[in-house]
Amino acid sequence: MKMPIQEKLAKWFIWGSALLTVSILALIVGYVMVQGLGQLSISFFLENPRKMGSEGGIFSPLVGTIYFTLLTMLLAIPVGVGAAVYLSEFTREGPLVRVIRFFSDALAGIPSIVIGLFGFAFFVVLLEPITGGWSIISGSLTAFCMILPIIIRVTEEALQAIPNSYREGSLALGVSKWDTVMNVVLPSALPGIFTASLLGIGRVIGETAALLLTLGGSLLIPKSIFSPARTLSMHLYLVAMETGEFGVAFGTAAVLILLILLINLGGYYLVQRLTRRMVGD
Amino acid sequence: MLLLFALASILVVVLVGLFVFLQGYPLLAKTGFFTFLTGLEWLPGEGIFGILPMVIGTLAVTLGALIIGVPLGVTTAVFLAEYAPERIAFWTRRAVELLAGIPSVVYGLFGMTVIVPLVRHVALNWFGDLLSPEMRTGYGILAASLVLGIMILPTIVSISEDALRAVPKAYKEGSYALGVHQWQTIWHNTLPAAGTGIMSSVILGMGRAIGETMAILMVAGNAPAFPTSIFSPVRTLSGNIGLEMSYASGEHAQALFATGVVLFIVIMILNGLALLIARKGANA
Repeated sequence: MKMPIQEKLAKWFIWGSALLTVSILALIVGYVMVQGLGQLSISFFLENPRKMGSEGGIFSPLVGTIYFTLLTMLLAIPVGVGAAVYLSEFTREGPLVRVIRFFSDALAGIPSIVIGLFGFAFFVVLLEPITGGWSIISGSLTAFCMILPIIIRVTEEALQAIPNSYREGSLALGVSKWDTVMNVVLPSALPGIFTASLLGIGRVIGETAALLLTLGGSLLIPKSIFSPARTLSMHLYLVAMETGEFGVAFGTAAVLILLILLINLGGYYLVQRLTRRMVGD
Repeated sequence: MLLLFALASILVVVLVGLFVFLQGYPLLAKTGFFTFLTGLEWLPGEGIFGILPMVIGTLAVTLGALIIGVPLGVTTAVFLAEYAPERIAFWTRRAVELLAGIPSVVYGLFGMTVIVPLVRHVALNWFGDLLSPEMRTGYGILAASLVLGIMILPTIVSISEDALRAVPKAYKEGSYALGVHQWQTIWHNTLPAAGTGIMSSVILGMGRAIGETMAILMVAGNAPAFPTSIFSPVRTLSGNIGLEMSYASGEHAQALFATGVVLFIVIMILNGLALLIARKGANA
């Protein structure tokens, strides 16, 4: 059967727009890499920023990013996974679950700058005696609020994908509900929990708006979680906007993209391996 | 204990709403919510706080982002759900995920160094005589819409693709059995059947566009004035907070929290709308 002309046109059009979407990605990543990779050197990673970041390296923002990301995940993974376990293992679909889901979705939609305002008023100002004002802990608590919904949702999906026969097998052997969850359900959901964590880390590394109001933006190497710090994303923004020094900004952007690539592709590879080992191939 | 964790999301949303509202309340009570919303001037130094220019700016930039992002996103979703061979679909999906993972400051940097000069070139060479000086900088609605349009693509593509894939196979097969071609079937059967899902992808993309701060700050020009063309520099509601919160105090800070209240309300309405549409879609 011959294809009518509008079918052909539609096909070209659809392929063309998908190609455009992928090209935009390639253009952005390619451009940042071309401009930024030349900036990277051992000293770029190991030197502290000088003159508000317009010169020198990115050592202190790198340290700040690592501290901040670790602390945020340390808070978010237990709470997020705990919430997901409660929602999918210990309760039935009912009004309470629906309300929790609605609020979880709502939280995911709140702009990060608004969560930043809350973080500023609550963690930085009100809880200053505990958090030290602008500090890593204030930033982490704020970012925790932002990534909680992602961790809950992705973990929940992983839990729901586990066949019921796993649970029933364990329960039939007289194992308690709690031990079944801990020893059978959670280990099988490990790849999913891992994916959830990676998505959370990706989001946290890219976050800037909320951190401008809570993390402090200091260029010094943070001494503890109660010191102010800045992350790589914040550094990129502050350097580009305040000093107009695009060299350092592109170098930082290249590092950020490499990190995101590592998380996306490396994470995907690890999840595949983990899943394969679990299923036993 | 686990129940407590599960309730954390509710607690956080309530706390966020409560704190932002309480901090913004004194100013809102003083000037009145309506006056604040429709005030034409934003002069923090003189204690005049009106956000109408920024409401308009946010609307303009969001509309621009949708004009760019929705057609491209929905057609890419159609490609993934209907046209693409499995391997190509797999890699295209990875590309879209990567697009979602790129930090917004990187989009901003790309916007500042590529899109803004491009828009400036167009403004100077094609419309140079028509535009006032502040519209020839490249920073403004057009540059912000282009950057935001790209940033909302992943949201639109992934949710629309899910909606297209959820359409029962019988719809398509019935149409094919009648000898109707692929595009005709998509246009007359699949797209309308996935309508509610695509609609909620647009609403969520809109929410993303309204909430975006960093990339907008870097390309929109940030002048709190009424735009008169797509080349005009504008400030958005979220940009207003991001720009001034670092040095604001007293009433000025309260006014920024009040801006946050407006954002919070708008996003909650959009969320409710998305939920309503999804529920209606599930019932249909």
